[in-house]
This record gives sequence, C-alpha cells and structure tokens, in this order.
Amino acid sequence: MSVLTFTERGIYCPAGDFFIDPWRPVDRALITHGHADHARPGHRHYLATAPAAPVMRHRLGDIALETVGYGKARRIGDATVSFHPAGHVPGSAQIRVEVGGEVWVVSGDYKLEEDGLSEPFEPVRAHAFISECTFGLPVFKWAPQAEVFAGINAWWAGNAARGRFTLLGAYALGKAQRLLAGVDAATGPILTHGAVEATCAVMRAQGIALPETVPVTPDTDLKAHAGGLVLAPPSALGGPWARCFGPAATGFASGWMALRGVRRRRAADRGFVLSDHADWAGLNTAIRETGAERVFVTHGYTSVFRRWLVEQGYEAEIVQTAFEGESLDRAEDEA
Amino acid sequence: MKRFAALFTALDRTTKTTAKVDALAAYFTEAPEDDRLWTVALLSGRRPRRAVTTTRLREWAAERAGLPLWLFEECYPVVGDLAETIALVLPPATGTSTASLSDWMAEIGALAAVEEPERKARILAAWDGLDGTERFLFNKLITGGFRVGVSQKLMTRALSRATGIDEAELAHRLMGDWTPATVSWQGLIEAPDPAAALSRPYPFYLAYQVEDGPEALGGAGDWLAEYKWDGIRGQLIVRGGEHFVWSRGEELMTDRFPELVAARDFLPEGTVIDGEILAWRVDAPLPFAALQKRITRKTVPKKLLAEAPVVLKAYDLLEQGGRDLRQTPLADRRARLEDLFAGLPAESPLRLSPLLPFGDWGALAEARAGARAAGAEGVMLKRAGAPYLAGRKKGDWWKWKLDPLSVDAVMIYAQAGHGRRATLYTDFTFAVWDGDQLVPFTKAYSGLTDAEFREITTWVRRNTLQRFGPVRQVKPEHVFEIAFEGIQESPRHKSGVALRFPRMARWRRDKPVEEANTLADLRALLASHG
Repeated sequence: MSVLTFTERGIYCPAGDFFIDPWRPVDRALITHGHADHARPGHRHYLATAPAAPVMRHRLGDIALETVGYGKARRIGDATVSFHPAGHVPGSAQIRVEVGGEVWVVSGDYKLEEDGLSEPFEPVRAHAFISECTFGLPVFKWAPQAEVFAGINAWWAGNAARGRFTLLGAYALGKAQRLLAGVDAATGPILTHGAVEATCAVMRAQGIALPETVPVTPDTDLKAHAGGLVLAPPSALGGPWARCFGPAATGFASGWMALRGVRRRRAADRGFVLSDHADWAGLNTAIRETGAERVFVTHGYTSVFRRWLVEQGYEAEIVQTAFEGESLDRAEDEA
Repeated sequence: MKRFAALFTALDRTTKTTAKVDALAAYFTEAPEDDRLWTVALLSGRRPRRAVTTTRLREWAAERAGLPLWLFEECYPVVGDLAETIALVLPPATGTSTASLSDWMAEIGALAAVEEPERKARILAAWDGLDGTERFLFNKLITGGFRVGVSQKLMTRALSRATGIDEAELAHRLMGDWTPATVSWQGLIEAPDPAAALSRPYPFYLAYQVEDGPEALGGAGDWLAEYKWDGIRGQLIVRGGEHFVWSRGEELMTDRFPELVAARDFLPEGTVIDGEILAWRVDAPLPFAALQKRITRKTVPKKLLAEAPVVLKAYDLLEQGGRDLRQTPLADRRARLEDLFAGLPAESPLRLSPLLPFGDWGALAEARAGARAAGAEGVMLKRAGAPYLAGRKKGDWWKWKLDPLSVDAVMIYAQAGHGRRATLYTDFTFAVWDGDQLVPFTKAYSGLTDAEFREITTWVRRNTLQRFGPVRQVKPEHVFEIAFEGIQESPRHKSGVALRFPRMARWRRDKPVEEANTLADLRALLASHG
C-alpha cells in the first residue's frame, strides 16, 4: 500500500490513519502551516509545529491542537512522522512520513531563500515528494530579497521625503511580517491595518522580534505619522479604508508582481516581486535535493510542471486539490 | 537605451496623467535629439517594420534559455505578452550596453537586410547585453508591437511643455507621412520645412457619445445634425496639383481609393475636406463588409472597384484657397462646403452628407429612428457656432448612435487576454440554440467590469471541459446579453451571420441557459435589419 493516498478529503496516510492539510473535517489532521487553505476548521485533532500553533489558535479558535518540535520523530499507528522547516512562514513545515522504510514528504508551501523570520528550509531525503508548484513556470525568477528590500526602502524614503504615506499591500500572515522585519525602520513610522496588526501581536507574543508598529484606528493621529509606511492586506488598498491617507503612494509585494499584466491591473504605483513560495529554480532545486524518484505536484501550474518533471526523468503525477483551479485563483494576494 | 528604459518605467509605473507628462517633458528636454525624435515616432505609432518572425524569436529564446519549446509556449499565455515572456525566461545578461535608443533603432533597422544566421547572432548578442526593462523594450521594438499607455494627446502636451510650441500647432506638425529616417528633430518640431507641409493633414476632431439623449445639450436651434455614417473617417487634401487621402489613424490611403483622384478635377487648389469614405451603390451605402474588402487591399483589382465603389460623404471644409478655416464657425464652413459642392456632376465620387432638418429634439429623435433604414448608425450633432477642434474634446461634437441590437447567448469558449488583461479570461465565444445544439455565432471581448472578468476567470478555470491550446471549452452555464450594431449574412461563419461591434452588454445571471436566444431569432434579426 502507498504511504500516502489522495482522497476527496485530502492527503491520507492509511498506516497512521491521519490526513495532511485536509479540506474537509477529519478525525486527525497534520497541518503544514496556518494559512487558510491548509489549516481549515472542523477537525477533531490537530498536530502542527509549536511555532505554527499560536496563529492557528488565533485563526481557528479553541481547537484540540497538539504541537511537536522540528525534527522530532513521532509514531502514529504504523507510521513515523516528523516536521521539517519549509521556510514559507514562521512555523511552516514539510511533513515527513515513513512507513516500513519508505519515506514520503509533503512540502506544504515552501521557499528556499532565508527570510530572517521563518525557520530556513531544510531539504529532506525522500522516496516520494509531494510538491507545491504555485510558481512552476520558468518566467518566475526571484531576485535576492536584499535587492527587493533596497527597492522598497528607496521608494518609501522618496515618498516620506515628499510627506506622503506609503501604502504597501501584502498578505496579513507571513508576507506582512517579513516586510516589517526587512524594511529600514529608521525611515519613519510603520502603521498597520487591523488584520496585519492582529497577526503581528500573535507573533510578538511567541517571541518573534518585529519593529514597533502603530495600529491604525479611527482615533489615530495620522498627521503625527506623516510619511509612514502602512502595511495592509491587498484588498484594503482599493477600499475606503485607504482613503484616509490622502494622496499616498501605493504598492504590492507578491510573486505575481513579476508579471507586468498583473502589475498594471492592480493600478498601483509599484509592484515588488517578493514571494514566500519557491520560484522555478527553487522548485527544481528542492525536488532534486530530496533525491525522490516520484514527485506529485499540486497547487499551481500542475500539468505543465508535471510534463517538465517527466522530461527530466522523474515519475511525476498531479494531485488534484479541492476548491482550487490554478495558481492565480489562490488569490494573487497570498503568494 | 537606459534613458529610454527609465522613461518607460516611469510611464508604466503610474496611472496619473500629470506624472506621465512630467516624465515625458523631462525626457524631451534632456535626451539627445535623435532619441527624442524616435520617441515621438514610437509614441505616435510609427513603428519599425518587424525584422524577424515571432516563430524564430520563440525558438531562439527557448534555445538560449535551455527550455523545450512547448514549455516556452505554455508560459506565453500566462504572461500574455511575447516580448515580456522572452525577457523573463532568458538567463541574466552578461554585459551591458551603452548604445542609445537611436543606435538600437538603427541596429533593428539593419536586421531586415542581413541573412538569418547573422540576424540570430545579433539578436542573441542584444539579449545578452540587455537586462530587465531594456531587454523587454528591445523585444517590443523588434516585434513591431510597441505600445505604452500614452496617448498622442498626452505626448503632444508634454512636447509642448518641453518646447514652448503651442499644442495644436505641434499636433499638426506631427501629422503625416514622416519617419525618423526622413526628418530631423529640428525639421519636424523646431523649424518645420514648408514643402513637407503639402500633404500634411489636420488633426481630426472626434465626437463623444451622447449618453442619455440630447436634451442636456440645451436648445436644439444651436445645433446641426446629419447621419452618422458607418464607413471610415477620411480627410481629403487637394494641394499642389496632387491629392491625398488620410485615415483618422494617420495612414495615407490615397492609393486604396483611386476613385477619389477625381477630386483634382472637381475641387480647387488648396481644399481640405473632412468626411466619411463609404462603399456606395446608387443612392445608399453598401454594408461595411464591402468597404472592409477595400480597406485591406493596398491596390485594388478592377473587379473589386466595380463591386464596391467608394464615395466621400463630405461634412466639413477645413481649408479653402489654402486658408485654414478651422477657427471659422461650423455654420459658415458648412455654407462654404455646400457652395463648393453645388453643381458637382452625379458621377463625381464626392457627395454632401445632407443636414437633417429638425425643429426640436423630438423631431431629431424621429430622424434618428430612420437612420438604420438610411444605412447609417445614428446621428451626429455639431454645434453650429463651434470651431473645428483637434482630438477628442467634449462639448461641440456628439454622436447619438442607435440603440444596439441584442441577443442573449451562452458562453462556450474562453481565451485569456493580452497585456493588462493577461492571465484573465476576457475573450469569449458565444452560441445560440439550434434545436438542442449550441451554435457559435460571435466572439466578444469587452463590456464587463474588471471585477466581473476576475469572477468569470475563476469560474472558467474550474469549469473547463476541454483545452485546445490557449482556448478552453467551458460548461454551457452562463448567459450574456450580446449587443451589436449590425448583422449581415456570412457564409464563412457556421451560424451564417456576422455581427458588427459585438460586445457583452450584461451578464444575465438571472437567465438559465435554456432561455438563451435561438438561431431562428438571429435569422429573424437578419431579415429585419440585415
């Protein structure tokens, strides 16, 4: 029997009778990270890494959640499981499942570049690897993040010099904190939308160091923070919430900003190519380093990426996920 | 190229008009004259001829990137732009180039003359010396598809600010048949050569659509009305014993319409007429499709000349006896035009577009209702006291088109758009019922909001039945109201009809697919309106 099978509720391990990131309620769920399309409500038991737990509790409420440290092997039924850093967001993991000497690894979402906040990605040897491929096309190539942050810092400083706010749209869990940790906080005050601040508060409480932020409320004296950087979920940038900042400069930070069409459609002043997912080279490197012969691709340009892998000599298959079409459906915001 | 790339980046980053004008004006002040001239040429649609086929470019780019061609082809529809796809997949440049825009344009111009292996070597070398935006722009320039979100009006405004020359005067100087090879910056912009002015057209004045009826325009007595003809706008110039015919897109069309050579016999020297070119038989226009055949031919075979002869329906006189009349009120220009046309023989290809008499707006509404029967697509309203302006300016010229025809149709195929609409499904094929079969009858690309396009895109991705390259067959589930301006018989289409200007008027979420229109309904429209 396979170590893992693909069911209509999600990835299932018959030997251990558990699911990984299931999308329908199950008895026992192993969760790679706290993003909504991976950690869903309604499961009876959850298992995740200790650093992923606070955000999951914040989002899912009072759940039966057990935590485990990175690299600690644990027996579930006839399976041995362990969680390994995926570098996607703080607490994110790849999940290794071993049954009778055969090892399968579920990548969850991952990136190879160290972002300074997330536990850095660790390659795990496996017989079979289940990989996301959100950016599984060779047009996606990330510049080193230092270069991207230099661009963001220069832009912010320029806006601040003209007394303007800088509105930067980024996903509230992960990307926003990565930006916070990466920008030059000496440039000016950093303000946050409620959704971003809530996640920041959860992360600070678990000991992750983030620069000081000013939550924007109806009572906030905006004049006192003129020239500040405002971090908000992308959806807030187009809405009435953003108008109180006057003629601000607007930008987005996402892997999709690599495409001019997406940038122009967003009608923002700037689009910064900064992703928490692996780019084309990253995906290929990660897959090679697992040493796996079988690769299952999911979440993204699956059919193209599968064909590419087959041509590279892998035994590759597509895993369908529920409620999903292709990459861009996963809200351009998240990536 | 670095300066030009910086300009492009500045223009591309902002949607604000003032920021674009600032960036352009600075460029027109600081850049070398040859580069300025090329920039004006490119922004006014004077693109170099395509020097290499896109098939070769795809092959070379895939080869250089170390990718199989199929993978490159899969990337293209996601990116939505060939030049950008190439720029993205190529490995990073190993060198940099200090060549200017005009140096690069010269290099691109020379590509057409060399053998293919040499052409390939030069293009690969260019890719290797250009990074990011510069590489993208180079690709845009060699594929001849250079477009950027800057209207000619906006560019002219920036030029005016940089040079201190009046905008309308600049707009006039920029018209006509010049290329950077035939003029200099000095000759075109700063000190134009009077001899070059012989063929130069005036900038066309363009009308806005009347939204809710003409009552808001004030008293009916201040306005002149005529039919809105469904042909191509043309400006006929008779100067120096020659004649020139210009399209609104500033294309010289003289050779396409040899009938109009007769203008030299019938019109005095120094005459410029604004009007509509129509395929015409006896006393009524032929369907636009007849004219379409003429437009696509650079030279016209005799058979086609006999099948679809053209006339110029004249409605304005812009120059008389060599004198620019554009500041003269329309009523006066119209009177002069009528005098000029009085007594023209019936065989002349020049016809007056008649004024529609009306005492009040109600009477004009009635005249408009008769437009379709007259082969027109509505009426034009022009303020009698107004000068002839340049470009699209609100106020003095209005078009009041007929309400479109419409049918409810089922979406059956979807394809991703290009440019700003890349990665969104925006190009759809629609079908009507023929018994229990859905017969495709038209495509439509426009009419939905961005939010609706995003919504339908998500739906398309999840409801694809089959893929044919970039085209997806989708579940027949959504009904759209398709509006169009005309319907004609067409043996080339499966449905037997062809529509003019189809677009999506509404997403009929309230309508089940069973209630979409039928082929019989289309045939009935063809019988009544074809």
